[in-house]
Amino acid sequence: MPSPLSIIFQAPSSPRLPSFFLPVFSPPPPNPVLRPRFVSLKAMASEDGKDHRLARISSSIRVIPDFPKPGIMFQDITTLLLDHKAFRDTIDIFVERYREKNISIVAGIEARGFIFGPPIALAIGAKFVPMRKPKKLPGEVISEEYALEYGTDKMEMHVGAVQPGDRALVIDDLIATGGTLCAAVRLIERAGAEVVECACVIELPELKGRERLGDRPVFVLVKG
Amino acid sequence: MSGCKDKEQDPRIEGIASTIRVVPNFPKPGIMFQDITTLLLDPKAFKNTVDLFVERYTGKDITVVAGIEARGFIFGPPIALAIGAKFVPLRKPRKLPGEVISEEYVLEYGTDCLQMHIGAVQPGDRALVVDDLIATGGTLCAAIKLLERAGAEVVECACVIELPELKGRERLNGKPLYILVESR
Repeated sequence: MPSPLSIIFQAPSSPRLPSFFLPVFSPPPPNPVLRPRFVSLKAMASEDGKDHRLARISSSIRVIPDFPKPGIMFQDITTLLLDHKAFRDTIDIFVERYREKNISIVAGIEARGFIFGPPIALAIGAKFVPMRKPKKLPGEVISEEYALEYGTDKMEMHVGAVQPGDRALVIDDLIATGGTLCAAVRLIERAGAEVVECACVIELPELKGRERLGDRPVFVLVKG
Repeated sequence: MSGCKDKEQDPRIEGIASTIRVVPNFPKPGIMFQDITTLLLDPKAFKNTVDLFVERYTGKDITVVAGIEARGFIFGPPIALAIGAKFVPLRKPRKLPGEVISEEYVLEYGTDCLQMHIGAVQPGDRALVVDDLIATGGTLCAAIKLLERAGAEVVECACVIELPELKGRERLNGKPLYILVESR
């Protein structure tokens, strides 16, 4: 059963709006009696028409308790992928945000970043660069180590995939502590490119991933 | 690297084939690894690749595109989105968080396992299986079995690259295989 997820409304070209915490509601639309409470919200959201799409996206995400270990509430996007409209809308929202921004690279973090990154790259005409666990990429790589709860892991990128002057997005399904995103950002910056933004479907704000990314912008669709 | 010669070759295929990089002796000596990351760095080639699959499967009532971790996750979703199908990731063990069914398959040394979420696929679903490459056909065979155990009909397997000498085509339980380029 999905747990309540708050929904972020962000107009593409305006400064960050305060976040509004709404209960999850899935189609059909909420009780008309409640509508007056949402009037001012809808006015802002309807400028970009995102409100209906975000509700469906958020409610299509399944929460699995105690995975991969006790105490963790795992945000499962596989159910979003089974809802064609929700998946389509997820990609559309990112594409609308980035299509006019001269993005030359979409970097996707293995493995769920491989699901969302390529459709975005294809739609905006950017190169897709997979960021992988060690020993998966066959060519010459650069590596970046990052901290796990216990120990460290490594992320790799092919030498030559990214050049100075490239403008990059980093995509993953979810930002938690920000560790993997941070490693990906470092790899791209070491190759001389600019990371324009990190984009995820879901954020777990309590884990403060944004802080780990410093002043680099992070865009998400839903918060858990 | 060549496009398939047993049918009239779409003019886009040669361009696609030329973007695939061969890396010798990876992951071990003697293997010529077919690296599709260079294809992904060519937006036109990547778009053409997806378009060729989408043109083939549009209007065929495909309800599921199953992609094999991890490179099947790159090609499967764009196809699924374009043809209006569900995308179902088929994964290595312990990655999928919900209840799964598993299918074991043989490696050169030992075995491995492919998993699919219960409930992702239903009887009556018409499915494609997508991966970047077919070699021995072991993983594709496991994928077909998972989908059929869930009651779906596997319509076709679709890969960018085939290594025909490894005879993977014969391991697909009679299911058709569609590929864009073959590497001898």
